Amino acid sequence: MTVSPTPLSPASLEVGGLAYAYPDGHQALFGVDLTIGRGERVALLGPNGAGKTTLVLHLNGILTGGAGTVTVAGLPVGKRHMAEIRRKVGIVFQDPDDQLFMPTVREDVAFGPAAAGVKGPELEARVHKALAQVGMADFADRPPHHLSFGQRRRVAVATVLVMEPEILVLDEPSSNLDPASRRELADILRSLDVTVLMVTHDLPYALELCPRSVILSEGVIAADGTTGDLLADEDLMRAHRLELPFGFDPKSVKV
Amino acid sequence: MGAGHAHKLYRHGHSPVHGLPPHTKLAAVFCFVIVVVSTPREAMWAFALYAVLLAAVAYAARVPAGFLLKRLLIEIPFVAFAVLMPFVAQGERVDVLGMSLSVNGLWGAWNVLAKGTLGVAASVLLASTTELRELLLGLQRLRLPPLLVQIASFMIRYGDVITDEMRRMKIARESRGFEASGVKHWGVLAKSAGALFIRSYERGERVHLAMVSRGYAGSMPVIDDVSASRAQWSYALTLPCAALVVCLLGWLL
Ligand SMILES: Nc1ncnc2c1ncn2[C@@H]1O[C@H](COP(=O)(O)OP(=O)(O)O)[C@@H](O)[C@H]1O
Ligand SMILES: [Mg+2]
Repeated sequence: MTVSPTPLSPASLEVGGLAYAYPDGHQALFGVDLTIGRGERVALLGPNGAGKTTLVLHLNGILTGGAGTVTVAGLPVGKRHMAEIRRKVGIVFQDPDDQLFMPTVREDVAFGPAAAGVKGPELEARVHKALAQVGMADFADRPPHHLSFGQRRRVAVATVLVMEPEILVLDEPSSNLDPASRRELADILRSLDVTVLMVTHDLPYALELCPRSVILSEGVIAADGTTGDLLADEDLMRAHRLELPFGFDPKSVKV
Repeated sequence: MGAGHAHKLYRHGHSPVHGLPPHTKLAAVFCFVIVVVSTPREAMWAFALYAVLLAAVAYAARVPAGFLLKRLLIEIPFVAFAVLMPFVAQGERVDVLGMSLSVNGLWGAWNVLAKGTLGVAASVLLASTTELRELLLGLQRLRLPPLLVQIASFMIRYGDVITDEMRRMKIARESRGFEASGVKHWGVLAKSAGALFIRSYERGERVHLAMVSRGYAGSMPVIDDVSASRAQWSYALTLPCAALVVCLLGWLL
Protein backbone atom coordinates (compact mmCIF):
# COMPACT_ATOMS: atom_id res chain seq x y z
CA MET A 1 0.00 0.00 0.00
CA THR A 2 1.56 3.26 -1.06
CA VAL A 3 -0.49 6.21 0.06
CA SER A 4 -0.26 8.80 -2.66
CA PRO A 5 -0.23 12.26 -1.15
CA THR A 6 -3.28 14.33 -1.83
CA PRO A 7 -2.36 17.12 -4.21
CA LEU A 8 -3.32 19.83 -1.70
CA SER A 9 -1.01 18.83 1.14
CA PRO A 10 2.68 18.73 0.21
CA ALA A 11 4.59 15.52 0.88
CA SER A 12 5.96 15.22 4.41
CA LEU A 13 9.45 14.74 3.05
CA GLU A 14 11.05 15.33 -0.31
CA VAL A 15 14.72 14.61 -0.85
CA GLY A 16 16.11 15.46 -4.29
CA GLY A 17 19.57 14.63 -5.62
CA LEU A 18 21.15 14.69 -2.18
CA ALA A 19 24.90 14.09 -2.22
CA TYR A 20 27.27 14.57 0.66
CA ALA A 21 30.93 14.08 1.42
CA TYR A 22 32.28 14.26 4.97
CA PRO A 23 34.98 16.89 5.61
CA ASP A 24 37.61 14.14 5.51
CA GLY A 25 36.67 13.55 1.88
CA HIS A 26 34.71 10.34 2.38
CA GLN A 27 31.62 10.52 0.19
CA ALA A 28 28.64 8.97 1.97
CA LEU A 29 25.67 9.96 -0.24
CA PHE A 30 25.64 9.97 -4.04
CA GLY A 31 22.35 11.55 -5.10
CA VAL A 32 19.47 10.30 -2.98
CA ASP A 33 15.90 10.83 -4.20
CA LEU A 34 13.08 10.01 -1.83
CA THR A 35 9.51 11.25 -1.39
CA ILE A 36 7.35 10.31 1.57
CA GLY A 37 3.69 11.27 1.56
CA ARG A 38 1.84 12.51 4.59
CA GLY A 39 0.84 9.68 6.93
CA GLU A 40 3.05 7.04 5.30
CA ARG A 41 5.23 4.68 7.34
CA VAL A 42 8.40 3.89 5.44
CA ALA A 43 11.33 1.68 6.42
CA LEU A 44 14.82 2.73 5.37
CA LEU A 45 16.84 -0.46 5.03
CA GLY A 46 20.51 -0.81 4.29
CA PRO A 47 23.71 -2.48 5.40
CA ASN A 48 26.12 -0.88 7.87
CA GLY A 49 27.89 2.10 6.39
CA ALA A 50 25.28 2.59 3.67
CA GLY A 51 24.78 6.20 4.68
CA LYS A 52 21.49 5.86 6.58
CA THR A 53 22.52 7.96 9.55
CA THR A 54 24.11 10.51 7.24
CA LEU A 55 20.81 10.82 5.40
CA VAL A 56 18.88 11.17 8.68
CA LEU A 57 21.18 13.99 9.83
CA HIS A 58 20.31 15.89 6.65
CA LEU A 59 16.61 15.78 7.36
CA ASN A 60 16.76 18.39 10.11
CA GLY A 61 19.74 20.32 8.84
CA ILE A 62 22.41 18.99 11.22
CA LEU A 63 24.46 18.19 8.14
CA THR A 64 24.24 20.60 5.21
CA GLY A 65 26.47 21.84 2.48
CA GLY A 66 26.29 18.99 0.01
CA ALA A 67 24.42 19.02 -3.31
CA GLY A 68 20.66 18.56 -3.59
CA THR A 69 17.62 19.62 -1.61
CA VAL A 70 15.59 18.46 1.36
CA THR A 71 12.05 19.76 1.81
CA VAL A 72 9.85 19.08 4.82
CA ALA A 73 6.14 19.72 4.31
CA GLY A 74 6.99 22.20 1.58
CA LEU A 75 9.60 24.02 3.67
CA PRO A 76 13.18 23.85 2.38
CA VAL A 77 15.75 22.76 4.98
CA GLY A 78 18.21 25.60 5.39
CA LYS A 79 19.42 28.34 7.69
CA ARG A 80 16.32 30.44 7.21
CA HIS A 81 13.75 28.06 8.73
CA MET A 82 15.99 26.01 10.99
CA ALA A 83 13.92 26.31 14.18
CA GLU A 84 10.73 25.48 12.29
CA ILE A 85 12.40 22.51 10.54
CA ARG A 86 13.71 21.10 13.82
CA ARG A 87 10.21 21.28 15.23
CA LYS A 88 8.74 19.48 12.21
CA VAL A 89 11.33 16.72 12.00
CA GLY A 90 11.50 14.63 15.15
CA ILE A 91 14.57 12.42 15.26
CA VAL A 92 14.81 9.60 17.79
CA PHE A 93 18.48 8.65 18.01
CA GLN A 94 19.72 5.15 18.45
CA ASP A 95 20.94 5.37 22.04
CA PRO A 96 18.29 6.73 24.42
CA ASP A 97 21.05 7.79 26.81
CA ASP A 98 22.08 10.34 24.21
CA GLN A 99 18.55 11.48 23.65
CA LEU A 100 17.55 11.80 27.30
CA PHE A 101 19.89 14.36 28.79
CA MET A 102 17.77 16.04 31.44
CA PRO A 103 17.59 14.99 35.10
CA THR A 104 13.97 13.84 34.99
CA VAL A 105 11.69 12.35 32.35
CA ARG A 106 9.29 15.26 32.61
CA GLU A 107 11.98 17.88 32.07
CA ASP A 108 13.39 15.91 29.19
CA VAL A 109 10.07 15.78 27.39
CA ALA A 110 9.52 19.46 28.18
CA PHE A 111 12.90 20.48 26.75
CA GLY A 112 11.87 20.85 23.11
CA PRO A 113 8.65 22.83 23.59
CA ALA A 114 10.24 24.94 26.33
CA ALA A 115 13.06 25.83 23.95
CA ALA A 116 10.35 26.89 21.51
CA GLY A 117 8.86 29.18 24.15
CA VAL A 118 5.93 27.11 25.44
CA LYS A 119 5.49 27.41 29.19
CA GLY A 120 3.16 27.05 32.16
CA PRO A 121 0.03 24.91 32.01
CA GLU A 122 0.25 24.47 28.24
CA LEU A 123 3.74 23.00 28.58
CA GLU A 124 2.52 20.72 31.36
CA ALA A 125 -0.41 19.54 29.24
CA ARG A 126 1.73 18.80 26.23
CA VAL A 127 4.27 16.87 28.26
CA HIS A 128 1.52 14.82 29.84
CA LYS A 129 -0.10 14.09 26.50
CA ALA A 130 3.17 12.93 24.93
CA LEU A 131 4.02 10.72 27.89
CA ALA A 132 0.54 9.24 27.84
CA GLN A 133 0.90 8.44 24.14
CA VAL A 134 3.86 6.20 24.92
CA GLY A 135 2.37 4.84 28.14
CA MET A 136 4.91 6.51 30.41
CA ALA A 137 2.78 9.11 32.18
CA ASP A 138 3.44 7.50 35.57
CA PHE A 139 7.17 7.92 35.22
CA ALA A 140 7.30 11.69 34.76
CA ASP A 141 9.37 12.42 37.85
CA ARG A 142 11.81 9.55 37.51
CA PRO A 143 15.37 10.14 36.33
CA PRO A 144 15.87 8.53 32.90
CA HIS A 145 18.74 6.33 34.02
CA HIS A 146 16.49 4.51 36.46
CA LEU A 147 14.25 3.26 33.66
CA SER A 148 14.58 0.03 31.71
CA PHE A 149 15.99 0.27 28.22
CA GLY A 150 12.57 -0.22 26.63
CA GLN A 151 11.08 2.50 28.81
CA ARG A 152 13.89 4.86 27.92
CA ARG A 153 13.29 4.24 24.25
CA ARG A 154 9.61 5.08 24.73
CA VAL A 155 10.44 8.27 26.60
CA ALA A 156 12.83 9.14 23.76
CA VAL A 157 9.89 8.83 21.37
CA ALA A 158 7.83 11.06 23.67
CA THR A 159 10.51 13.78 23.67
CA VAL A 160 9.95 14.04 19.94
CA LEU A 161 6.18 13.53 19.84
CA VAL A 162 5.72 16.45 22.21
CA MET A 163 6.88 18.70 19.37
CA GLU A 164 3.94 17.49 17.27
CA PRO A 165 6.28 16.72 14.37
CA GLU A 166 5.36 16.43 10.72
CA ILE A 167 7.60 13.39 10.41
CA LEU A 168 9.01 11.04 13.00
CA VAL A 169 12.43 9.61 12.16
CA LEU A 170 13.68 6.66 14.18
CA ASP A 171 17.25 5.39 13.94
CA GLU A 172 17.29 1.65 14.72
CA PRO A 173 14.30 1.76 17.06
CA SER A 174 14.23 -1.96 17.84
CA SER A 175 17.92 -2.38 18.67
CA ASN A 176 18.61 -3.72 22.18
CA LEU A 177 14.92 -4.26 22.92
CA ASP A 178 13.60 -7.52 24.31
CA PRO A 179 10.63 -9.03 22.43
CA ALA A 180 8.02 -7.55 24.77
CA SER A 181 9.46 -4.01 24.60
CA ARG A 182 9.77 -4.43 20.86
CA ARG A 183 6.09 -5.25 20.55
CA GLU A 184 5.08 -2.41 22.91
CA LEU A 185 7.02 0.06 20.79
CA ALA A 186 5.42 -1.33 17.63
CA ASP A 187 1.95 -0.85 19.15
CA ILE A 188 2.82 2.72 20.04
CA LEU A 189 4.21 3.53 16.60
CA ARG A 190 1.17 2.00 14.93
CA SER A 191 -1.20 4.05 17.08
CA LEU A 192 0.39 7.37 16.10
CA ASP A 193 -1.12 9.50 13.43
CA VAL A 194 2.13 10.80 12.00
CA THR A 195 4.46 10.17 9.06
CA VAL A 196 7.22 7.74 10.07
CA LEU A 197 10.63 7.05 8.56
CA MET A 198 12.20 4.11 10.34
CA VAL A 199 15.87 3.23 9.84
CA THR A 200 16.37 -0.43 10.65
CA HIS A 201 18.19 -3.70 10.13
CA ASP A 202 15.33 -5.55 11.72
CA LEU A 203 13.54 -6.78 8.60
CA PRO A 204 10.60 -8.51 10.34
CA TYR A 205 10.00 -5.28 12.25
CA ALA A 206 9.98 -3.32 9.00
CA LEU A 207 7.49 -5.78 7.54
CA GLU A 208 5.29 -5.56 10.60
CA LEU A 209 5.19 -1.77 10.75
CA CYS A 210 5.93 -0.28 7.36
CA PRO A 211 3.90 -0.97 4.23
CA ARG A 212 6.67 0.59 2.14
CA SER A 213 10.45 0.20 2.26
CA VAL A 214 13.42 1.73 0.51
CA ILE A 215 16.88 0.24 0.40
CA LEU A 216 19.82 2.61 0.74
CA SER A 217 23.04 1.05 -0.46
CA GLU A 218 26.38 2.68 -1.16
CA GLY A 219 24.86 6.12 -0.93
CA VAL A 220 21.96 5.70 -3.35
CA ILE A 221 18.39 4.41 -3.15
CA ALA A 222 18.74 0.94 -4.66
CA ALA A 223 15.12 -0.17 -4.35
CA ASP A 224 11.75 1.27 -3.40
CA GLY A 225 8.58 -0.79 -3.05
CA THR A 226 6.20 -2.71 -0.88
CA THR A 227 8.07 -4.17 2.07
CA GLY A 228 6.72 -7.66 1.41
CA ASP A 229 7.91 -7.60 -2.21
CA LEU A 230 11.38 -6.33 -1.34
CA LEU A 231 11.96 -8.85 1.42
CA ALA A 232 10.77 -11.69 -0.83
CA ASP A 233 13.31 -10.78 -3.53
CA GLU A 234 16.23 -12.94 -2.44
CA ASP A 235 18.71 -11.67 -5.03
CA LEU A 236 18.02 -8.06 -4.12
CA MET A 237 18.41 -8.77 -0.43
CA ARG A 238 21.67 -10.65 -0.91
CA ALA A 239 23.08 -7.92 -3.16
CA HIS A 240 22.66 -5.41 -0.32
CA ARG A 241 23.80 -7.56 2.58
CA LEU A 242 20.31 -7.70 4.06
CA GLU A 243 19.54 -11.01 5.71
CA LEU A 244 16.32 -12.31 7.12
CA PRO A 245 16.45 -14.10 10.48
CA PHE A 246 16.75 -17.88 10.28
CA GLY A 247 13.45 -19.52 9.38
CA PHE A 248 11.64 -16.26 8.64
CA ASP A 249 9.65 -16.34 5.42
CA PRO A 250 8.21 -12.95 4.48
CA LYS A 251 5.74 -14.58 2.08
CA SER A 252 4.13 -16.55 4.88
CA VAL A 253 3.45 -13.47 7.01
CA LYS A 254 0.06 -11.85 6.72
CA VAL A 255 0.33 -8.17 7.45
CA MET B 1 15.68 2.23 42.56
CA GLY B 2 14.93 5.40 44.45
CA ALA B 3 12.89 8.17 43.01
CA GLY B 4 14.64 11.36 42.07
CA HIS B 5 18.30 12.02 42.51
CA ALA B 6 18.37 11.10 46.14
CA HIS B 7 21.92 11.76 47.21
CA LYS B 8 23.34 10.47 50.45
CA LEU B 9 22.86 13.73 52.31
CA TYR B 10 19.24 14.20 51.36
CA ARG B 11 16.59 13.16 53.83
CA HIS B 12 13.13 12.89 52.38
CA GLY B 13 10.46 14.82 54.28
CA HIS B 14 7.63 17.29 54.12
CA SER B 15 8.68 19.83 56.74
CA PRO B 16 8.23 23.57 56.21
CA VAL B 17 11.96 23.75 55.54
CA HIS B 18 11.75 21.08 52.84
CA GLY B 19 8.94 23.03 51.25
CA LEU B 20 10.82 26.31 50.89
CA PRO B 21 11.89 27.27 47.36
CA PRO B 22 15.51 26.22 46.91
CA HIS B 23 16.92 29.65 46.09
CA THR B 24 15.62 31.13 49.35
CA LYS B 25 17.38 28.37 51.27
CA LEU B 26 20.59 28.86 49.31
CA ALA B 27 20.52 32.58 49.98
CA ALA B 28 19.78 32.01 53.66
CA VAL B 29 22.67 29.60 54.14
CA PHE B 30 25.03 31.83 52.20
CA CYS B 31 24.17 34.88 54.33
CA PHE B 32 24.30 32.85 57.52
CA VAL B 33 27.81 31.63 56.73
CA ILE B 34 28.97 35.17 55.91
CA VAL B 35 27.59 36.46 59.19
CA VAL B 36 29.21 33.63 61.16
CA VAL B 37 32.57 34.16 59.51
CA SER B 38 32.54 37.87 60.28
CA THR B 39 31.83 37.36 63.99
CA PRO B 40 34.80 38.19 66.28
CA ARG B 41 36.31 34.95 67.56
CA GLU B 42 36.43 36.22 71.15
CA ALA B 43 32.62 36.35 71.36
CA MET B 44 32.30 32.71 72.29
CA TRP B 45 28.72 33.00 73.47
CA ALA B 46 27.75 34.22 69.97
CA PHE B 47 28.81 30.90 68.48
CA ALA B 48 26.76 29.06 71.07
CA LEU B 49 23.75 31.13 69.99
CA TYR B 50 24.40 30.30 66.33
CA ALA B 51 24.41 26.63 67.23
CA VAL B 52 21.08 27.11 68.98
CA LEU B 53 19.70 28.79 65.84
CA LEU B 54 20.78 25.86 63.71
CA ALA B 55 19.30 23.43 66.19
CA ALA B 56 16.00 25.30 65.86
CA VAL B 57 16.17 24.96 62.08
CA ALA B 58 16.96 21.26 62.38
CA TYR B 59 13.97 20.90 64.66
CA ALA B 60 11.69 22.70 62.19
CA ALA B 61 13.07 20.49 59.39
CA ARG B 62 12.60 17.35 61.51
CA VAL B 63 16.18 16.33 60.93
CA PRO B 64 17.25 14.20 63.91
CA ALA B 65 20.40 15.23 65.80
CA GLY B 66 22.09 11.88 65.14
CA PHE B 67 21.64 12.25 61.37
CA LEU B 68 23.10 15.74 61.47
CA LEU B 69 26.03 14.82 63.71
CA LYS B 70 26.98 11.82 61.57
CA ARG B 71 27.15 14.00 58.49
CA LEU B 72 29.24 16.55 60.34
CA LEU B 73 32.08 14.03 60.16
CA ILE B 74 32.98 15.52 56.77
CA GLU B 75 34.83 18.21 58.66
CA ILE B 76 37.32 15.91 60.38
CA PRO B 77 40.21 17.19 58.24
CA PHE B 78 39.49 20.71 59.52
CA VAL B 79 39.50 19.45 63.08
CA ALA B 80 42.90 17.87 62.59
CA PHE B 81 44.18 21.13 61.18
CA ALA B 82 42.75 23.07 64.10
CA VAL B 83 44.26 20.72 66.66
CA LEU B 84 47.71 21.31 65.20
CA MET B 85 47.49 25.07 65.31
CA PRO B 86 48.17 25.67 69.02
CA PHE B 87 51.37 23.62 68.72
CA VAL B 88 52.83 25.27 65.68
CA ALA B 89 51.64 28.88 65.95
CA GLN B 90 54.04 31.61 67.10
CA GLY B 91 53.74 34.22 69.84
CA GLU B 92 52.74 34.29 73.51
CA ARG B 93 52.39 30.82 75.08
CA VAL B 94 50.41 29.28 77.93
CA ASP B 95 50.95 26.03 79.79
CA VAL B 96 48.16 23.47 79.64
CA LEU B 97 48.76 20.11 81.30
CA GLY B 98 52.46 20.73 81.12
CA MET B 99 52.42 21.51 77.38
CA SER B 100 53.37 24.91 76.15
CA LEU B 101 50.70 26.08 73.68
CA SER B 102 50.47 29.26 71.67
CA VAL B 103 47.67 31.57 72.79
CA ASN B 104 47.27 32.86 69.30
CA GLY B 105 47.19 29.30 68.03
CA LEU B 106 44.49 28.37 70.52
CA TRP B 107 42.33 31.25 69.37
CA GLY B 108 43.05 30.34 65.76
CA ALA B 109 42.05 26.74 66.38
CA TRP B 110 38.86 27.79 68.10
CA ASN B 111 38.12 30.16 65.24
CA VAL B 112 38.51 27.48 62.56
CA LEU B 113 36.64 24.91 64.57
CA ALA B 114 33.67 27.01 65.60
CA LYS B 115 33.16 28.72 62.24
CA GLY B 116 33.90 25.57 60.26
CA THR B 117 31.48 23.47 62.25
CA LEU B 118 28.71 26.03 61.96
CA GLY B 119 29.27 26.44 58.22
CA VAL B 120 29.30 22.70 57.61
CA ALA B 121 26.25 22.20 59.82
CA ALA B 122 24.31 24.84 57.90
CA SER B 123 25.31 23.24 54.57
CA VAL B 124 24.38 19.78 55.80
CA LEU B 125 20.99 21.11 56.83
CA LEU B 126 20.53 22.64 53.38
CA ALA B 127 21.56 19.41 51.68
CA SER B 128 19.37 17.23 53.85
CA THR B 129 16.28 19.29 53.07
CA THR B 130 16.88 20.04 49.38
CA GLU B 131 17.20 17.64 46.47
CA LEU B 132 20.17 18.05 44.18
CA ARG B 133 17.84 18.82 41.30
CA GLU B 134 16.20 21.59 43.31
CA LEU B 135 19.55 23.00 44.33
CA LEU B 136 20.41 23.41 40.66
CA LEU B 137 17.12 25.16 39.96
CA GLY B 138 17.88 27.41 42.90
CA LEU B 139 21.34 28.25 41.57
CA GLN B 140 19.84 28.94 38.15
CA ARG B 141 17.30 31.20 39.78
CA LEU B 142 20.01 33.05 41.68
CA ARG B 143 21.51 33.95 38.28
CA LEU B 144 24.59 31.78 38.57
CA PRO B 145 26.32 31.60 35.17
CA PRO B 146 24.05 29.25 33.17
CA LEU B 147 27.02 27.33 31.83
CA LEU B 148 28.02 26.28 35.36
CA VAL B 149 24.50 25.14 36.12
CA GLN B 150 24.35 23.20 32.86
CA ILE B 151 27.65 21.48 33.61
CA ALA B 152 26.40 20.53 37.05
CA SER B 153 23.13 19.16 35.62
CA PHE B 154 24.99 17.05 33.10
CA MET B 155 27.23 15.74 35.84
CA ILE B 156 24.16 14.53 37.71
CA ARG B 157 22.57 13.05 34.62
CA TYR B 158 25.63 11.31 33.22
CA GLY B 159 27.52 10.49 36.42
CA ASP B 160 25.80 7.13 36.64
CA VAL B 161 26.14 6.45 32.91
CA ILE B 162 29.89 7.03 33.06
CA THR B 163 30.35 5.09 36.31
CA ASP B 164 28.49 2.27 34.64
CA GLU B 165 30.74 2.44 31.60
CA MET B 166 33.74 2.37 33.93
CA ARG B 167 32.35 -0.68 35.70
CA ARG B 168 31.79 -2.48 32.39
CA MET B 169 35.36 -1.76 31.31
CA LYS B 170 36.62 -3.10 34.62
CA ILE B 171 34.58 -6.28 34.18
CA ALA B 172 35.90 -6.64 30.64
CA ARG B 173 39.48 -6.27 31.90
CA GLU B 174 39.01 -8.74 34.71
CA SER B 175 37.23 -11.24 32.46
CA ARG B 176 40.40 -11.39 30.46
CA GLY B 177 42.41 -12.17 33.55
CA PHE B 178 43.64 -8.68 34.37
CA GLU B 179 44.10 -7.84 38.02
CA ALA B 180 45.40 -4.39 38.91
CA SER B 181 48.14 -5.09 41.41
CA GLY B 182 50.97 -2.64 41.47
CA VAL B 183 52.78 -0.11 39.43
CA LYS B 184 53.40 -2.28 36.39
CA HIS B 185 49.65 -2.31 35.68
CA TRP B 186 49.18 1.42 35.77
CA GLY B 187 49.76 1.55 32.04
CA VAL B 188 46.68 -0.55 31.39
CA LEU B 189 44.62 1.56 33.77
CA ALA B 190 45.82 4.72 32.09
CA LYS B 191 44.77 3.35 28.70
CA SER B 192 41.35 2.46 30.10
CA ALA B 193 41.03 5.98 31.42
CA GLY B 194 41.93 7.29 27.98
CA ALA B 195 39.32 5.06 26.34
CA LEU B 196 36.76 6.22 28.88
CA PHE B 197 37.58 9.82 28.11
CA ILE B 198 37.14 9.27 24.38
CA ARG B 199 33.87 7.43 24.89
CA SER B 200 32.58 10.21 27.12
CA TYR B 201 33.70 12.81 24.63
CA GLU B 202 31.92 11.04 21.79
CA ARG B 203 28.84 10.68 23.92
CA GLY B 204 29.03 14.40 24.54
CA GLU B 205 28.98 14.99 20.80
CA ARG B 206 25.98 12.72 20.33
CA VAL B 207 24.11 14.35 23.21
CA HIS B 208 24.83 17.72 21.68
CA LEU B 209 23.37 16.53 18.36
CA ALA B 210 20.24 15.35 20.15
CA MET B 211 19.93 18.69 21.93
CA VAL B 212 20.36 20.69 18.75
CA SER B 213 17.77 18.48 17.06
CA ARG B 214 15.31 19.52 19.70
CA GLY B 215 15.87 23.22 19.33
CA TYR B 216 18.81 23.88 21.68
CA ALA B 217 20.48 27.13 20.74
CA GLY B 218 22.97 27.71 23.54
CA SER B 219 20.82 28.21 26.60
CA MET B 220 18.69 25.85 28.60
CA PRO B 221 15.00 26.64 28.41
CA VAL B 222 13.37 27.39 31.75
CA ILE B 223 11.05 24.49 32.49
CA ASP B 224 10.36 24.86 36.17
CA ASP B 225 10.33 28.46 37.17
CA VAL B 226 10.84 28.36 40.90
CA SER B 227 9.47 31.48 42.50
CA ALA B 228 9.15 32.44 46.13
CA SER B 229 6.49 34.50 47.84
CA ARG B 230 7.41 37.30 50.22
CA ALA B 231 6.36 35.09 53.14
CA GLN B 232 8.67 32.31 52.00
CA TRP B 233 11.56 34.71 51.66
CA SER B 234 11.03 36.14 55.12
CA TYR B 235 10.69 32.65 56.60
CA ALA B 236 13.96 31.55 55.02
CA LEU B 237 15.80 34.73 55.92
CA THR B 238 14.82 34.50 59.59
CA LEU B 239 17.98 32.44 60.16
CA PRO B 240 20.55 34.88 58.76
CA CYS B 241 18.71 37.88 60.26
CA ALA B 242 18.73 36.36 63.74
CA ALA B 243 22.39 35.51 63.20
CA LEU B 244 23.11 39.09 62.15
CA VAL B 245 21.66 40.42 65.39
CA VAL B 246 23.91 38.05 67.35
CA CYS B 247 26.91 39.11 65.28
CA LEU B 248 26.30 42.82 65.84
CA LEU B 249 25.98 42.21 69.56
CA GLY B 250 29.25 40.32 69.38
CA TRP B 251 30.99 43.36 67.93
CA LEU B 252 29.36 45.83 70.34
CA LEU B 253 29.81 43.95 73.60
N1 LIG C 1 31.96 11.89 10.85
C1 LIG C 1 32.32 11.14 9.78
N2 LIG C 1 33.43 11.44 9.10
C2 LIG C 1 33.80 10.70 8.03
N3 LIG C 1 33.14 9.66 7.56
C3 LIG C 1 32.01 9.29 8.19
C4 LIG C 1 31.54 10.01 9.34
N4 LIG C 1 30.40 9.43 9.77
C5 LIG C 1 30.17 8.41 8.92
N5 LIG C 1 31.13 8.33 7.96
C6 LIG C 1 31.20 7.35 6.87
O1 LIG C 1 30.09 7.54 6.02
C7 LIG C 1 29.56 6.31 5.61
C8 LIG C 1 28.08 6.23 5.96
O2 LIG C 1 27.98 6.23 7.37
P1 LIG C 1 26.58 6.17 8.13
O3 LIG C 1 25.68 7.17 7.53
O4 LIG C 1 26.86 6.28 9.58
O5 LIG C 1 26.10 4.69 7.78
P2 LIG C 1 24.91 3.82 8.40
O6 LIG C 1 24.18 4.64 9.39
O7 LIG C 1 24.09 3.44 7.21
O8 LIG C 1 25.55 2.61 9.00
C9 LIG C 1 30.37 5.22 6.27
O9 LIG C 1 31.30 4.72 5.32
C10 LIG C 1 31.09 5.92 7.38
O10 LIG C 1 32.35 5.36 7.61
MG1 LIG D 1 23.82 4.39 11.53
